[in-house]
Amino acid sequence: MDETTPDAAAPDRRRRRRHSLPVRLTHWINVVALFVLLGSGLQIFNAHPALYWGHTSTFAEPWAAMTAEPLGDRLAGFTKVGPIKLETTGLFGLSDGQRRGFPAWATLPSYRSLADGRRWHFFFAWVLAANGVIYLAWGLASGHFRRDLAPGRTELSPRHLWAEIVEHARLRFPKGAAAHGYNSLQKLAYLAVIFVLLPLMVLSGLGMSPGVNAAWPWTFEIFGGRQSARTIHFITATLIVAFVIVHLAMVLASGPIGQIRAMITGGAGPGPGPAPTPQDGDPS
Amino acid sequence: MTAPNPHRRGLLSGLGASLLGLTLAGCDQLNRNPALKAGLARAEGLTQAAQRLILSRSALAREFEAKDISPDFRANGTRRPGEPAYQALVENGFSDWRLQIDGLVERPLALSLDDLRARPARTQITRHDCVEGWSCIGQWTGARLSALLDEAGLKREARYIVFHCADRLDPNAAGDRGLYYESIDLVDAFHEQTILAYEMNGQALPVAHGAPLRLRVERQLGYKHAKYVMRIEAVESFAQIAGGQGGFWEDRGYEWYAGI
Repeated sequence: MDETTPDAAAPDRRRRRRHSLPVRLTHWINVVALFVLLGSGLQIFNAHPALYWGHTSTFAEPWAAMTAEPLGDRLAGFTKVGPIKLETTGLFGLSDGQRRGFPAWATLPSYRSLADGRRWHFFFAWVLAANGVIYLAWGLASGHFRRDLAPGRTELSPRHLWAEIVEHARLRFPKGAAAHGYNSLQKLAYLAVIFVLLPLMVLSGLGMSPGVNAAWPWTFEIFGGRQSARTIHFITATLIVAFVIVHLAMVLASGPIGQIRAMITGGAGPGPGPAPTPQDGDPS
Repeated sequence: MTAPNPHRRGLLSGLGASLLGLTLAGCDQLNRNPALKAGLARAEGLTQAAQRLILSRSALAREFEAKDISPDFRANGTRRPGEPAYQALVENGFSDWRLQIDGLVERPLALSLDDLRARPARTQITRHDCVEGWSCIGQWTGARLSALLDEAGLKREARYIVFHCADRLDPNAAGDRGLYYESIDLVDAFHEQTILAYEMNGQALPVAHGAPLRLRVERQLGYKHAKYVMRIEAVESFAQIAGGQGGFWEDRGYEWYAGI
């Protein structure tokens, strides 16, 4: 142990940017990749807008489906999920007078082209995977995960989490020094996306590939079959969209100009280390 | 920091919404750009290389049990070829049908269904994955392609096996371009599970599923599994055949390597 090394728990006093360059680069590459993957993914989904569980498609009884069916003297769009079936004309099943799962504004390209959707999807799947590997390697090597994302023990106490939830609900966000680190809810959300949702997205995608399935049968067996992998791919995408909506809402609510500027330029001030609060002190 | 100005927030979300609209319109513009499409298509080479890296030449697609067979196996593409020549074959129970094996081979062959049934065969219960996203499980019995190619004797220049089919899937395309065809490389052609199936689920192959003969190339998507196979041609390159991309759907923008 080098005795001149400052106490690991002490706040880092070097001037660091709020968001380091690798975080900013991988963040914006992810923005582009996820945007394209979502639009092209919905295009691919529209080729067969139904989801099943297991190895095969039970066409007569999908778990979830978007359909266009006659309703009285007109055609109507319907969305079925499990036992629930709702009319969703204009959004799902039927939009702009066309039978289609998701509407034109949500798909890439807007017109129906499974071939083009696949080209976009698989190109940006490689971008997402390469970006993810670089981010994970850097995050481990640089200590980003340990320093910025791993919640301290006190942060996970129900009392602390509840206090943060109340503060978030009132749209009151940390200011000053405390704003330079991620808060506990942020850490938990980011950890879930980085270590659960995005890996699950990649795995369930591989689980649908007949080539990868032959090489590594576990890629579909862990999901209980290729159609289950496809369903989980869709559910995971939905959860990522939900995360992005909340993430953007939080950016808007907490001073969007400053937040976006910091994600582009890095921002000034100390890095996003744990906020130097007394209860974080470690008696070492 | 003061609370965000509500007007600024409204302005920003408005800006965000129009940006989204512009981006989507921009995506359609980009999607029509041939140079960009060629760039996107480069990922296919990466995918193929990566899959060939992890996929040993002999790795088998998962085989299932009889209880897993789909009762509602969907037929896609052509379900009933309309060509009079094909209709005549159906009426005769395919007794006049011969599979031609030619191109870059030492001994061109013309085989009847009985000839094929006498050749080395394989039965497998496998999952069929359509590019649209659905899957069905079926049992296939057929002649092993590797044995047929060995019998015909591939010339050294042969690199691809092309399957010419009886069905015209695009009636608006000129000449041969509307006919279904497919191609695979020698890695897949000599794979243990690559067969020319004449039976499905223990019965003669139904017309909807490609009677009298369809290709099974189990580690790729459904459109590679050519139905109504009439002729097998060994070639050095498929650039001169129809649209030049190696298959009916490939000529229409789909990947030639369909392992994904």
